Order: sequence, then C-alpha cells, then structure tokens
Amino acid sequence: MNRRLILLLPLAGFLALAVFLYQGLSLNPFHRESALMAREFPAFDLATLKEPERRVDRDLLTTGELTLVNVWGEWCPECKREMPQLLDLAERHDIRLVGISWKDTREKALGFLEEFGDPFEVNIFDPDNELAFELGVYGAPETFLVDGDGVIRYHHTGYIAPGDVTETILPEVEQWR
Amino acid sequence: MALMRLSRLLTTALVLLLVAGLAQAAAIEVREFDDPVLEERYRDLTASLRCPTCQNQAINDSDAPVSGDMRDRVYRLLMDGRADIEIRNHMVERFGDYVLYNPRLEGRTYLLWGLPAVLGLLGLVLVGLLVRARRNASNRELSAEERARLDALINRERTE
Amino acid sequence: MQILMIPEIGHYALVIAMLMAAVQGVLPLAGAATRRPLWMAYARPMAAGQLLFVAIAYACLTASYMLDDFSVTNVANNSNSMLPWYYKLSAVWGNHEGSVLLWSLLLAAWGYFASRFSRELPRDMVARVLGVLGLVGTGFLAFVLVTSNPFERLLPNVPGDGADLNPLLQDIGLIMHPPMLYMGYVGFSVVFAFAIAALLGGRLDAAWARWARPWTNLAWAFLTVGIALGSWWAYYELGWGGWWFWDPVENASLLPWLTGTALMHSLAVTEKRGAFKSWTLLLAIFTFSLSLLGTFLVRSGVLTSVHAFANDPSRGQFILMLLGITVGLSLLVFALRAPRVGHKVGFTWLSRDALLLINNILLVIMTITVLMGTVYPLLLDALDLGKISVGPPYFNALFVPLTLLLALFMGLGQVARWKQTPVSLLVSRLWLAAVGAVVLGAALPLLFAERWSPAVAIGLIAALWIVLPMLRDLFEKARNASSVGAGLKKLSLAYWGMQLGHLGVAVTIVGVAVVSNYSIEQNVRMAPGDSVEVAGYTFTMNELSSRQGANFLADRANISVQHGDSSRSFAMNPEKRLYLATRMPMSQVALRPGFLRDLYVAMGEDLGDGSWALRVQYKPFVRWLWLGGLLMAFGGVLAVADKRYRRLATARDPEARAAPAPGREASA
Repeated sequence: MNRRLILLLPLAGFLALAVFLYQGLSLNPFHRESALMAREFPAFDLATLKEPERRVDRDLLTTGELTLVNVWGEWCPECKREMPQLLDLAERHDIRLVGISWKDTREKALGFLEEFGDPFEVNIFDPDNELAFELGVYGAPETFLVDGDGVIRYHHTGYIAPGDVTETILPEVEQWR
Repeated sequence: MALMRLSRLLTTALVLLLVAGLAQAAAIEVREFDDPVLEERYRDLTASLRCPTCQNQAINDSDAPVSGDMRDRVYRLLMDGRADIEIRNHMVERFGDYVLYNPRLEGRTYLLWGLPAVLGLLGLVLVGLLVRARRNASNRELSAEERARLDALINRERTE
Repeated sequence: MQILMIPEIGHYALVIAMLMAAVQGVLPLAGAATRRPLWMAYARPMAAGQLLFVAIAYACLTASYMLDDFSVTNVANNSNSMLPWYYKLSAVWGNHEGSVLLWSLLLAAWGYFASRFSRELPRDMVARVLGVLGLVGTGFLAFVLVTSNPFERLLPNVPGDGADLNPLLQDIGLIMHPPMLYMGYVGFSVVFAFAIAALLGGRLDAAWARWARPWTNLAWAFLTVGIALGSWWAYYELGWGGWWFWDPVENASLLPWLTGTALMHSLAVTEKRGAFKSWTLLLAIFTFSLSLLGTFLVRSGVLTSVHAFANDPSRGQFILMLLGITVGLSLLVFALRAPRVGHKVGFTWLSRDALLLINNILLVIMTITVLMGTVYPLLLDALDLGKISVGPPYFNALFVPLTLLLALFMGLGQVARWKQTPVSLLVSRLWLAAVGAVVLGAALPLLFAERWSPAVAIGLIAALWIVLPMLRDLFEKARNASSVGAGLKKLSLAYWGMQLGHLGVAVTIVGVAVVSNYSIEQNVRMAPGDSVEVAGYTFTMNELSSRQGANFLADRANISVQHGDSSRSFAMNPEKRLYLATRMPMSQVALRPGFLRDLYVAMGEDLGDGSWALRVQYKPFVRWLWLGGLLMAFGGVLAVADKRYRRLATARDPEARAAPAPGREASA
C-alpha cells in the first residue's frame, strides 16, 4: 500500500503543475505592475514644454491635489487615440493632468497639442528621457496616478481605451482622492 | 548499406551547417572603453538584464528603444565607477525584478534556488539507499531465467 | 481566383483520419482487454488508413500553397505568390495550423511504422501499442479540426495576394528544423505507447525493453538533430552569434531530450539486467509528456518567448486538456499498475548498474531544474507574487556543474561492468586516462589561446575524461583479439553507437567550453579604407554599396579579411536589408565557417559620416557544438542498426504471428 502511494507521487506532481498551467492561461505575461508603485514620484528638474525658461520639479506633484501624469510623444500613434479620453478626464471629471512630453522636439510636441487638444495643466519637457527613465517607462503612452503627497498609486501601461476610463481610471481616482 | 547511407547523411548535414543566412536587426553600438575590465563588465551586465518590452531578449540583444536607453544608463553608471550590484539595483528600482535574468535570492525564490540542491541531496540519499539494498540482494544471475524467455521469444520467430 | 475543391477534400480527409484514429484507439484496446482477436485486428489497417488520410490532408494543404490559393486563410496569411516554391513548401509548417497538421502527420507515420515493424510482437501487445497511439492521434486530429483548421476559407473576399512568410523563416535552417524536432517529439509517442501497453498488459520484461529500445533511440536521434539545427539557426539568424538562450521554447525541446537520454540508459539496464522496470516506464511516460508540455508552452502563450506562435486562449485550453488527459491517465495507470515488486537485482557501488542509476538521477535533476526555471515565473505570477525572469545566468550556474558531474561518471562507465567492478580493475584501466585528461586538458588551452582559462581547462578535462577511457577500452578490446582488425570488427554496432554518442557529448563540451570563453567580439566604426584586427585577422572595408534584391533593398559592405601576414585574403559581404513588403530591417550576416573557428561580421547602423557600425566576431570551435549533436544522433541511429534489432525487424511473413502464445497474460 505504501508503495502505491509513492507511485501516485508523479501524478500528484503533474496535477499541481497542471493547475498552475491552467491559471497561467488566464494571465497576461505582458502585464506588469510598475516598480514604482506606492513609492514617491522621482525627483526631477526639467523645463516645461510651453515655457522653455520655466523649470519645474517634484513640488509640482505634492500640491495636495491628485494628479494623472501621462507620458506621451508626437511619434506615438496610440497617444493620439487616447487624447479624447484624456480631454474627457480633465474637462468632465475635473482631474488634474500633467503631461510628460517624451523624446520629442518642442516644435513637434506643440504641434501635437494644437492638433489633438491639450488636457494638461502643464507639460514637462523630457526630450532626453531623463524623467521617463526614472519612472521606468518603456513605451508611450503610460499613465501614472499620483496622490496629493506625490506617491504613485496606480499605473496604466499603454492606450487608455474609453472603457478603461470608467472601469479602472475613475475608480482608482475615487479611491485615492 | 545502411552505414554508408548514414554517413552520407551526416556529411550532407555537415555541409548544410556551413551556409550563411539572415539575422534580425539588433543594435550594434560602438562604445569606447579605456579599460578592458570595464568592457567585460558592460558586456556581462547588458547580457543579464532583460529588455522590458521584448518577448525574451537581453538588452544587448534587442533594438527596442528602451534597451538602448538602458544600455546608455549602464554605460554611464559604469563610467561613474558604480559596482555591478548597484547598477542592477538601479535598474530594478525603475523597471522591477523582471529585468533581472538572474533572480535574486529572496523569499519567493528560495524554492527556485533551493530545489536543485535539495534534489541533489535526495538523489545522493536515493543512490545510497538503493545500492545498500541491492548489495545485499541475492546475487544470483537473475537474467538467466529472463534470458531463456527472451531467447525463446526471439527464436520462436525462426522456428515457427 | 480559382476556387478549387482541394481544401475541402483535405478537410474531409482529416475528419476521416480522425474517425479512423478513434477506431484505432478504442477497438484494439477493448479487444485486448476482452481478448477478442477480431477487435484487435482493427489496429493495423486503421493505422495505415489514418496515415493515408492525414497524408491526403497534408498534400491538399501543400497543394493550396503551391497553387497560391489565397482563398484559404492559412495560405493568405503565410505565403505570397512571389515566394520561391521551396519556401512555399516549408511555409506549410511555418505557422501554427500547418505545424500541428505536420505533427499529426508524423504521429500517424510513426504509428504506421510501429504497426509495420512489430510482426514479432504478441498480438495483444500490438493492439495495445497501436490503440494508445490511436488515442493520442485522435486527440491531436481533434485539436486540428476544432481549434486550428488550416483549411478555413476567406470567402467571398479573396485577397489578391498573400501576406508573405516572415523573412526570418525564409531559410534552410527553418525548412529542416521543425520536421526534425517534431519527428523527435512525436517519436517518443511510440515508446510511450509501449510503456502504457506494458502497464495494461502487465508484461514488462527484457523482451519488452528490447522492442522499445530502437524506437527510443530513433526518436532521440531526431530530437537531437532538431535541437542542433535550432541552435544553429538561432546562431546566424536570431542570435548575433549566440547559440543557446535558455528561452522557454528551447527549454521545451531540451526537457524531453534529457529524460529521453535517461530513458535510453535505463532501458539498457532493464534489458540487460531486468532492473529499474517501473522507473523505465515512468521515464517513458515523462518523456512523451514533456514533449506535449513543450507543445503547450509554445502554443498557449503562457510564457513570453521569442519563438512563440501567435496564440489564442481556446488553443491553450484544448492542449492543456489533451495534456491533462494523456498525462493524467497514463500516470494513473502507472500508479495502479506498475510492477508491485521490483526485480531485486544485486549490484555494488562500482558497477555499471550503479553508474547508470547515477546517470539517471543526474539527468532527472537537470530536467527538473530546467523545468522549474522555465515555469517558475509563471508559478509566481499565478500566486500573485510578482513578475520575475529566470534566464541564462540561472540555468548556466546549475546546468554546467551537473553536466561536469555527468561527464565524470561517463568516464567511469567505460570500464565499469554489470553487477560489480573490482577496484583494482578500475584503477588499472583508468589512472592513465585520468592523468592524461588532467595534463592535456590543462595544457591544451595554452597551445591555441593567448590566455589560459580555467573554465576551458575544466571543459577539456571533462571531454578528455570521456574520450580517453573510451580509447583505452577500444585498445583493450582490440588487444584481446587475434588481430586489431578482428577485435574491432567483433564489436557490435550497438557498442559503436554508444561510443559515438559519448564522443558527441565530449565534442559538444569542447565546443561549449571554448566558444563561451575564447570568443572575441568587437563593435567597430568603419568607413571604406578602415581596417580592424580581431584575433589575428585583419578586416579591411573596401567599399560600401547598395543593391536591390528580389523583395528587399540592401546596403552592402565589401570586406576583405587576411589572416596574420598571409598574402591571401578572402571577402566577406554583410548586408543590411530592408524587406519592402513587411518594412522589416534585417541584417544578413557574413559568415566564414571553419572547423576550428568561425568569423562573423554583421552590419549595424549607418553612423552618418560615411561609416557604419559593424560587429566583428571570432568564434572558435563553434561548429563543434553541432558536430557533437550530429555525432550523438548518428550514434543513436547506429545502435538501432545493431544485429539483434535487425533480426527482429526483418521478419517477413506477416501471418506468422497470427497465433499469440497462450498464457502470456497470465505470466504477468
């Protein structure tokens, strides 16, 4: 009898593996939480997009007001597609948006805002990937939800679809406001 | 004869192994290093950090923009005289543990790192137990009986 | 656009094949259980019929490719009217649907051959083996029909031309690699079926092991070649000179290879000594299970890999179900039916039995380590413990020492005898080899490299420790005969096969050790007229030009290479191509292969000022990696050609086996 139990071990091992494999089917291997989750927004000192002389730093995000920080670039087609959702968030839901104009020239970035609208209170101009690297950004668009104390609370990778606004962004905003 | 056919096959295969082909575009960068040790470290570091957006490639192997940014950063940190572990931690702080091809030893990876050692020990014990048991087992020519059966089986073909 | 009936014929043929496979799976097994010869007799004709109809289906798909029938979705997505005919032929398996069809075709073919070369087997054994193969075949054909039908049509909006085959796959390596690999994966189904048949029939003896061995060797040889081809393809096509990345898909092919290697050795013990029976059965089940697991990992998209097929959750679920049923049931049968009492064969520490046991344990530890490393990120993710990566540093750190340990025992195995080996014999036969391996292994790196590397020395010592005792053994065998020639002639093909296989391992170890430690890689900026020296070779860029290919534009560098002060030089012409249809930039590397070294030049970016970034590599002994693999495979095949298997295989009269020996079931 004892030996039979030992002989069942391979089956048990396989079944355990199969359970994990089954769970694996419903996981998205590309979805990863930001390494900065629940950590302070990194320090920076950069010019703004519209006023090259004006410099902004971390204080921009510790005003006590909750902020959505959106990383975008003129070269990024998904960024254009999500602009209506961002405008909606800023205008209808009264959320403060700060942009990071990433790896762009000033001229192109400004042209982009002109064409697709400007939901941002201010845009941090980051042509050399200084701040975005600190944020661990690996592709635009990416969006960070930063609470009033400058702590990152939520991270959205990629395009914000209209459905994402009501399903994830707004509930997160409510939670951390 | 089968043997000759096989050796011809082997030669053909060898010849085929000598043909050239295409490679996917990957970044080739020219970087200046004064110190070959630094260059070696750069190579090791960029080979053991994973590109965060690619399917499964190290940053030295991928042409994704973020890989280029990460290589730049590795280079800069090396030039600043940072240690390997500092550079790795620098990347983990920004991109997460995902970028380490060599997972750190911590709570959730004990099983990963410990299992081979445990298996090795188990194997050792198993061999020890089995051989001890078998040494005392009857040493008669056990295969004799089986051999007879085997021969019978094979011969039946011819006798039938 | 022609709307031929061909795809529909293929589709129907596939349905018929599946039904035949189902009959093959059910009736003979039921017949064997209830001893009804008529039911059992269905096995062989159904195996033949299944092969015939899968072959028809496969031929139909191939025809659709050759005729550029873009109304077939599969053809439209993976081919193009401009594609050369041989790439159209291979494009059939360059995609998910076609490759599963190829899988099924090969499975049917192995089943057919198992039915052809089993004349000497008892009828109930044949019925069970073919029955199990029929069940596996049914599962895979159902998978094709339900989730991956290659015959689906794009009607009525037929595209004018196809989307083309991925340029990466337009290559000789990719023509040969998948069929070889699948031959290996699928081939293990035969020994798997043998194992299940043995469990069901309760018949597991030396004769069983002798029947199973050739099938195992053949499948293993195919898998070995498949893996070697994959590594070689990655070397020049993906890898920038890398040849093994520990990618999940590569690991998936390595896993059954490792257990298959263990199985070959354990079968030897089971045949010769009647020992390790349950273990052998378990390995047979594991080997095929790991082949299926590999299929699941590649096609379900649960792991991020560079090679994964485009995935679809329903496919993942279906394969997981297949995997669960096949593996779960067979392990259950194993648990219930494995021989209760093992054959207590005696042996001591210094015996071939004990060494083969150690070999098996090491190989299993390697398997579990690789499996664990491969699925660990998935486990953590499923437990919501975050995302990590497990890559080359982890695998190398564990795999290399285990391989060295394996090599240590391989050397001992040359001399060890069954049951027990006198210590004095071991010492007298091996001391010279041990001294020779250490001295030569430590000294050789100094001869052909500027810098002594301990890693290379260890690798060479390991390889020599495999080869020198082998030579010593041959010497011993030749000496004891009347003449050297007579002595060597007397050795069986199985013996030569084994030695060749082990030699292959040694050759691969040398390749790995040298290429990993003595490779030189330089990224350089070069404009016409510049030269650079790498490893004693002077690379001079003569000119840059551009040219237009059939479906691409290319920048091309003309580089002449000189070795040392030699006046002779040869040209290398790397290209940077832009494929027009897909807008994919690709680098055509220039390779100068050689037995002792490869030279490798790849073009990077245009640096703007008339110069280009180039990667120049010197890869010593890289060919030895694959040469070793071929030797191993050759050894495996050679052993199959051994007399004692041939005697079994060439039985002529198919009716000779009509009457099964009575009482066989009872003898179990």
